[in-house]
Amino acid sequence: MKSLMHEMGNRALELGIPLGVQLDLTYRCNERCVHCYLDHEDHGEMTTAEIVGLLRQLADAGVFFLTLSGGEIFMRPDFFEILEEARRLTFSVKLKTNAVMVRPARARRIAQLGVESVQISVYSHKEETHDAITKLPGSLRRTLEGARMLRDEGVKVSFANVLMKHNSGDYPEVKALAESLGIEYKCDATITPMMDGDRAVLALNVDGDTLARIYRDDAMVGNAGEYCAPPSGPMDEQDALHSLPCSAGHSAAYISPYGEVYPCVQFPMPCGNVREQRFVDIWRHSPQLADVRSIRVADVQGCSSCVHGGSCSRCPGLAYTEGNMRGPSTQDCERSYARTGVPSKNLLERRAPPVTGGRQVFWMVATQQPVK
Amino acid sequence: MSDLYVARARNAAARMIGGEMMIMSGRDSSLFSLNATASILWEAADGVTPLAQIVEGRIVGAFDIDRESALKDAEEVVRGLADHGILRLSETPIDP
Repeated sequence: MKSLMHEMGNRALELGIPLGVQLDLTYRCNERCVHCYLDHEDHGEMTTAEIVGLLRQLADAGVFFLTLSGGEIFMRPDFFEILEEARRLTFSVKLKTNAVMVRPARARRIAQLGVESVQISVYSHKEETHDAITKLPGSLRRTLEGARMLRDEGVKVSFANVLMKHNSGDYPEVKALAESLGIEYKCDATITPMMDGDRAVLALNVDGDTLARIYRDDAMVGNAGEYCAPPSGPMDEQDALHSLPCSAGHSAAYISPYGEVYPCVQFPMPCGNVREQRFVDIWRHSPQLADVRSIRVADVQGCSSCVHGGSCSRCPGLAYTEGNMRGPSTQDCERSYARTGVPSKNLLERRAPPVTGGRQVFWMVATQQPVK
Repeated sequence: MSDLYVARARNAAARMIGGEMMIMSGRDSSLFSLNATASILWEAADGVTPLAQIVEGRIVGAFDIDRESALKDAEEVVRGLADHGILRLSETPIDP
């Protein structure tokens, strides 16, 4: 039986409603994470009045799920003014923060305002590792204090554990820490290229063997046998003609602190600016969004006939950063390979010369993309 | 007249999606789809207008139903929504 959530998502797709939007309030941050894809200078963020006006536009456009993120959201002194307006407009609000600046009064206010959930970045259970990634001494201690304060106020909290070379061995302990605190745990091994296209940061990605090991850990993926099962083959031709790659630009959008609209936070294709046009006009009439919406799985070069077609979670945004949103996302090819041990069509076509043998061959392909 | 007052739960989220009012309970993130009558009650639940007055002014005429039946049905609906943490009920006005 399909859930009501699923039905709502389908209705939003059919009607062209932007059901979910991530709005980054600032790119400024109190941390300097080694893997971060943002430029932390303020190049002219939207004012409080601009953001409040934008929130009203988003509500009118039908946005239900609003994620407020950054940068660090608490770097904005008007954060609670924005949050209060978002809740007055009855969005389901999720916050993303490092929680370093969460103190008891702030935690209480977040709970009072009925925020749906707060996602907190935690990289390791060890101070030396976490703080080396954030480059902020004492950050793990402060982050965990903030997490506890929110939890104690009854706020739903989750830990987002981004895995990279520095911390890939720590995830079982971070998961255990989350469980001991009664906090949900999420793990992601995707390092995203910089917003300006610089891909050097991808060198921080965990290597293929480590990724394969994580994917075979039942505690992380549920049923590893099922998760890592051999690929089921290309998607059925008829399904491929109609299937959408993902919700980016279809029922989801991302807005930067400067008002720029993109299909997704991980899909840096500019589609308009709310300082120049109403959000709904960008959403309905942007040629770039129309282009994104025209893509069907059958159109994706190299993917429509790939053996992973039926189970791959290809990200069109990552493909875009590789130079072709209608092409494969090598990072996702690497994941499929780490998961199943079967190379994707894209990886095979690259015919990479062996470097160290085994999975590492393909991982090297992903991390040696030229900067475009 | 009923002395029941209704207010939206402070932690609920709501949006009209394709003509259907969708509400998410802040208590457990359950999602609900409200029918036309329940949507009217949700939108009118300002905490200070008695339920009976909401029913009289916004339901009876619109749905061609007698006042007594409408109020009985409305009370059932709002109690159900309150059980799911979507509405707050009180016999005195509620601070919204």
